[in-house]
Amino acid sequence: MSRTLYDLIGLAAGVAFILALKGLSHPKTARRGNLIGAFGATLATLVVFFYTNPGSSLPLNNIGWILGAMLIGLAVGVPAARKVEMTQMPQLVALFNGVGGGAAALVAIVEYLHLGNDATTAEVIFTVFTVIVGCVSFSGSVITFMKLQELMTTRPVIFPAGRFIIAATLASVIGVGGWVVAALGTTPLLILAGLSLLFGVLFVLPVGGADVPIVISLLNAFTGLTVAASGYVLDSVLLIIAGTLVGASGTILTRLMAEAMGRSLFGTLFGAFTAKPQDASGAAEERPVRSGSPDDVAILLNYARRVVIVPGFGLAVAQAQHTVRELADLMISKGIDVAYGIHPVAGRMPGHMNVLLAEANVPYDQLEEMDEINPTFSQTDVAIVIGANDVVNPAAENTPGCPIYGMPILKVSNAANVIFLKRSMRPGFAGIENELLYDPKTMLLFGDAKASLTKVVSALKAL
Amino acid sequence: MEPIAVISIFVLAVFVGFEVVSKVSSTLHTPLMSGANAIHGVILVGAIIVADHSSTNLELGLAVAAIILATINMVGGFVVTDRMLEMFKGNKK
Repeated sequence: MSRTLYDLIGLAAGVAFILALKGLSHPKTARRGNLIGAFGATLATLVVFFYTNPGSSLPLNNIGWILGAMLIGLAVGVPAARKVEMTQMPQLVALFNGVGGGAAALVAIVEYLHLGNDATTAEVIFTVFTVIVGCVSFSGSVITFMKLQELMTTRPVIFPAGRFIIAATLASVIGVGGWVVAALGTTPLLILAGLSLLFGVLFVLPVGGADVPIVISLLNAFTGLTVAASGYVLDSVLLIIAGTLVGASGTILTRLMAEAMGRSLFGTLFGAFTAKPQDASGAAEERPVRSGSPDDVAILLNYARRVVIVPGFGLAVAQAQHTVRELADLMISKGIDVAYGIHPVAGRMPGHMNVLLAEANVPYDQLEEMDEINPTFSQTDVAIVIGANDVVNPAAENTPGCPIYGMPILKVSNAANVIFLKRSMRPGFAGIENELLYDPKTMLLFGDAKASLTKVVSALKAL
Repeated sequence: MEPIAVISIFVLAVFVGFEVVSKVSSTLHTPLMSGANAIHGVILVGAIIVADHSSTNLELGLAVAAIILATINMVGGFVVTDRMLEMFKGNKK
């Protein structure tokens, strides 16, 4: 295959990626967009097997190794993607992003070993960039994965003099990077990789649980840029286009997410470095709360005219999406006006709750976004908060200095009655006490969300 | 490749990347992130190229690891994005 044809097919794949991102921006075209992207990636991969590099011949050298490695990748990736629970989606995206960053770093290292002293200065600079950012993306993603999977604490991890350790690590990463460019050599490059991995860990540790999705998105953009840099070293137009697209769109997406959460990007990434460790316990544990029975809840609902359901991650963990839809249908049949109030970051990731409710076939027109639903709470008789906490916590509005201060919230406190379905008094993902739980108009129904909802449904049917 | 060609491609791709996602609703943030994630799995192409010209066992070993990781990223990414979007589609009516 001629170089021109090879590059043209690469360009076609690049266009497919643009169409994919464009399609993914609208609900109607999203699925088709993703399939176009998959087609482009398949095309790009196939064509490599038919292009002869200068000084090489077909079939590719080491073709057995190449195909074997691809089969292993398929055998790991496809079942993981098929079987993952929708609740665990953010972890999986983080992990897939991390392995992509790792792959880019490895490709850069191999190419560096291969070129040896023949590498131009520009190539070495791009290699150093790819190794640093790819390694940061890899180890950072692993830490976000562990936080989301709750293999480690979801609170910001802040250690004494953390800021200085992070700054010193970053300085040595840059220093060693300069050393590689100036002196060349395998050992400095491997030291660079090790330091970059360490920096990735230190960079993500102080980020609080609620901000983790923003970090995943940012690391996603980083990985895109490493792919673009690899494209320069490997002389591939396609990698430059694809990597830059992901880098740019990922940056915008990160900003959009940060806005939806009412966070400044800078504050998310660097806020924790300056924050004092949170006082985890608080003095509130002993205060009385009003707890009710499923019958109390059913009676309250039966006489309501408008009910707003606010679903949170706890709903999905309890697999109660179908039961909540049953409750909603029952209320609608009784002539009650029902809507779902969806916070942009309900769940563990922006848009996550929409995915989870879509899985339970909740009709689209009942889902209302935060800006639509907030003005209606004052005409709402009952707001049912199921397994959500941080997204309705008034502390975000009235407690400067708390980790979620400034995040827009669903103003359920404006409703006449608030019902919380909770497993326990444990605070939410961000680890902050919620004053609303102690409000006199709040009623708490303790227990597993699915079991509680089932009891409420049968109590409501009996009325 | 000419540096000026590389810079041109880079700058234009940055603008295209900004433009295509600038008005996406928060409903689609998760699938969009996942889809963009799958796209950078195309580093698989780079991994195959370096595996082809690996001349030592070390190079080949690292290249094989890169192919495995990149394949997981690319294939897993597209499959999981499709699974999410499939559910959205069932809801449109």
